[in-house]
Amino acid sequence: MITKTDKYDVIVVGAGPAGSIAAKTAAARGCNVLMVEKRQEIGDPVRCAEGVAKPQLKEHIQPDERWIAAEVKGSRIYAPDGTCVELSEDVSGAEVGYTIERKLFDRALAREAALAGAEIHVKTRATGVILEGGYVKGITATHLGEKFEVRANIVIGADGVESKVGRWAGIDTTLQPADLETGAQFLMADIDVNPDYCEFHLGNTIAPSGYLWVFPKGNRSANVGLAISGEVCGQGKRPIDMLRDFIEERYPNGKIIEIVVGGVPASGPLEEMVTDGLMLVGDAAHQSDPLTGGGIVNAMDAGKLAGEVATQAISEGNVSKARLKEYETTWKSRHGKRLKRSLSVKNHFVPMTDSELNKIVHSVDGVDLSKMSLFEMLGTLIRKNPKMLFSLRKLFI
Amino acid sequence: MINVNRYRCGYCGACVSVCPTCAIELVETWIEVTDDCTECGACVSVCPIGAIEVPQ
Ligand SMILES: Cc1cc2nc3c(=O)[nH]c(=O)nc-3n(C[C@H](O)[C@H](O)[C@H](O)COP(=O)(O)OP(=O)(O)OC[C@H]3O[C@@H](n4cnc5c(N)ncnc54)[C@H](O)[C@@H]3O)c2cc1C
Repeated sequence: MITKTDKYDVIVVGAGPAGSIAAKTAAARGCNVLMVEKRQEIGDPVRCAEGVAKPQLKEHIQPDERWIAAEVKGSRIYAPDGTCVELSEDVSGAEVGYTIERKLFDRALAREAALAGAEIHVKTRATGVILEGGYVKGITATHLGEKFEVRANIVIGADGVESKVGRWAGIDTTLQPADLETGAQFLMADIDVNPDYCEFHLGNTIAPSGYLWVFPKGNRSANVGLAISGEVCGQGKRPIDMLRDFIEERYPNGKIIEIVVGGVPASGPLEEMVTDGLMLVGDAAHQSDPLTGGGIVNAMDAGKLAGEVATQAISEGNVSKARLKEYETTWKSRHGKRLKRSLSVKNHFVPMTDSELNKIVHSVDGVDLSKMSLFEMLGTLIRKNPKMLFSLRKLFI
Repeated sequence: MINVNRYRCGYCGACVSVCPTCAIELVETWIEVTDDCTECGACVSVCPIGAIEVPQ
């Protein structure tokens, strides 16, 4: 047998941040946990710009210099004409604070799950779920070409943007191209980069319907990448080509030491994240921020909540959809409103022309935004641009 | 059925997420496509690196 037993309390599919935290949480509370990951190396290849806010991160793991590449003070947002506004770290959102090494970070989280008692198998791919009487009762999987079945009271689908666990159990997680941000990134070395700020560049030439980022990684290196809507991507240049154009102009002598490609859900969270015997967490439940594409901390929060609710539900002998709903409701009460707001802001900004974007950034030129809360900042933006941002008024003022 | 240029592909799984018939699977470093593919082109549209095409 590939696994130690053929029946677990909880099976977690996918060892990203969502899965590892879910496995750790459930195992620490006494559950017998199996986590399977299809890659042979957890955390590799990276699909991320690796930016994360400090306070939210610290709720889940003690920062460790082994996986922190850099620390920034705030962010700089550049209008298409190059004008820039500066934001402090606190208002920059869930993506700004540390730049981490996801390869090491994801492994550190998996190690914590292991230390809490979870059994982990890599190069082990889930290929389906076992469905009985409408309940998910386990998974079918393959390891080194060998097929096997393993059962559980609850399956947690933490299988990221390409999630199939939900689809196998009747939750349609298929994304429309317009609801996926698709991107490319180079880890660049030997470039002139301000180590204190994450940069965000807006504009319809640089990154139509999305943005370009420069996240410092220390030692004259940075993650330089961009993501655009999957719909726009199909109509013209690909992210990788747009990125090459930018780099040629901005960092002609930089060296590319890693290529990253990937997609992130930008639809806002799934309506239904649970069904009988199954919970979806992280990108599998489309929990990433539709505006920024940030999903690490949302995924970790989901993993923790799901692990807690799963443990309780199992001890009560009730793993029905109605019982597991507690996870979904709690997660949504913490993140739902913010993500809804992000989606509205995104929908508002995406159609803007470069000259409109320039105007908005100019309107706060000289205003000290660095001490404002996010609300105050957006309020200021809306007051200064009442016509252009009219429909956002209700959300922020 | 779609063609995936495996020398170009960055095996990120973006294509998998938009496939309406669940016909695409990312197996570690390559993409497998089943007969369920309807050649709808959603995957072609989102590929960040331009590795997929629908044959003419
Ligand atoms: C270009 C880009 C830049 C980004 N930048 C940031 C950023 O700066 N900050 C931020 O917070 N977020 C960022 N994100 C989003 C962030 O990477 C994700 O939200 C986050 O990784 C989600 O975590 P997860 O655990 O849900 O999924 P993942 O980290 O994707 O983990 C899912 C895991 O499941 C495995 N898996 C899938 N299917 C199976 C199967 N059938 N069997 C077994 N295992 C399976 C996968 O191999 C993978 O390891 C970015 C995303 C992209 C694409």
